[in-house]
Amino acid sequence: MSIRVEPAGAAADGGPSDGRPAETLFCDRCGAEAGHGDHSACTVARRLEPPRYCGSCARRLVVQVTPTGWTATCSRHGTLAN
Amino acid sequence: MTAPTVVSGTDADAGAGDGILAQARRQVLESGLGLTQAQILAVLQLPDEALTDLLQLAHDVRMRWCGPEVEVEGIVSLKTGGCPEDCHFCSQSGTFDSPVRAAWLDIPSLVEAARATAATGATEFCIVAAVRGPDERLMEQVRQGVAAIRAAVEINIACSLGMLTQAQVDELAAMGVHRYNHNLETARSHFTNVVTTHSWEERFETCEMVRAAGMELCCGAIVGVGETVEQRAELAGELAALDPDEVPLNFLNPRPGTPFGDYPVVGARDALRTIAAFRLAMPRTILRYAGGREITLGDLDTAGLLGGINAVMVGNYLTTLGRPVSDDLTMLADLKMPIKSLQATL
Ligand code: SF4
Ligand SMILES: [Zn+2]
Ligand SMILES: [Zn+2]
Repeated sequence: MSIRVEPAGAAADGGPSDGRPAETLFCDRCGAEAGHGDHSACTVARRLEPPRYCGSCARRLVVQVTPTGWTATCSRHGTLAN
Repeated sequence: MTAPTVVSGTDADAGAGDGILAQARRQVLESGLGLTQAQILAVLQLPDEALTDLLQLAHDVRMRWCGPEVEVEGIVSLKTGGCPEDCHFCSQSGTFDSPVRAAWLDIPSLVEAARATAATGATEFCIVAAVRGPDERLMEQVRQGVAAIRAAVEINIACSLGMLTQAQVDELAAMGVHRYNHNLETARSHFTNVVTTHSWEERFETCEMVRAAGMELCCGAIVGVGETVEQRAELAGELAALDPDEVPLNFLNPRPGTPFGDYPVVGARDALRTIAAFRLAMPRTILRYAGGREITLGDLDTAGLLGGINAVMVGNYLTTLGRPVSDDLTMLADLKMPIKSLQATL
């Protein structure tokens, strides 16, 4: 499970900036549109991987893995942590 | 620099089938002498029907020459991604179209990672950076990080910072870094198919300097990077000749965007045969489960601990996640394998 711990500043594109999870439009493992194609392999892989792409804008995330968790930051949509 | 001489052995040394197991029992279990390269190859070529006997022998060797204790380690990435090297299995190389972006860990977070690792009962904490070798910025971060951890957490500190200069080796030793990781990765004859930006010999040179400076040497490998079974035997022979204190054994976890991203995962039986072969090549080393065991072995990872492994990496890896720590600790407790720092005992 991941939680949004630190929203980015006011989103210029009208996206959420209040800490609410943004709408998931993109697969957070491969960055492709979530509604298109088969992402079942991504879902399986994600059990042993942190997210790599922002689900809201598909930007690549800056990810820090630690022994017991991870954080993943989108420059526009803020930081997720497990 | 003197590269290790691998004792190749002869076909007559190697034997086959039951022959090699009987030889290994006499030579490794009873006398503590590791297998030659030809003998390692014979072990790697054993049929599946011999696997149970092979694993039992490797376990007996581990118990006889190392004991039941298991060394537990945690790792963290101090500097992630953006590496100028091109190791074809690595998602942290900046030369491929990998989704891993560059990131630096701050010192308080590094100390917290060491504290969380120590809380699992682990005795070893390894600070890793994705670099060719440390520059002054990284060395300064390591200086501060090692000092901060030593002031706050009771745990052995290891580092893995790529290829070192003699001055950097000396400074790390003086800081109290007790073990340094630098893997040979793959067989010398296969290396240029895996890495083109530096040489096997450069890696070997750092390993030699580390040991000469009095730090323990942790030098391992990644299996499943396109090597033949002969090259896998060569790799085990090269590691045995180098004789590191610890050998971390990684299995390829194919990473998106890397040249090896579509390579197959090593099969569980092959992985177990490899573990046993490495143990029979190096009866006294700390043989550690490192990355990739989750996808290679799944629930069969207990079999590795009963087939030669005597050290585990717990928690997450550098860019991927591991099993829950509690699962591994429960597994060790169920196997009646106590956690202990092993460097002084083998
Ligand atoms: S040197 Fe290390 S971090 Fe850099 S590409 Fe090779 S394995 Fe990855
Ligand atoms: Zn996907
Ligand atoms: Zn975003």
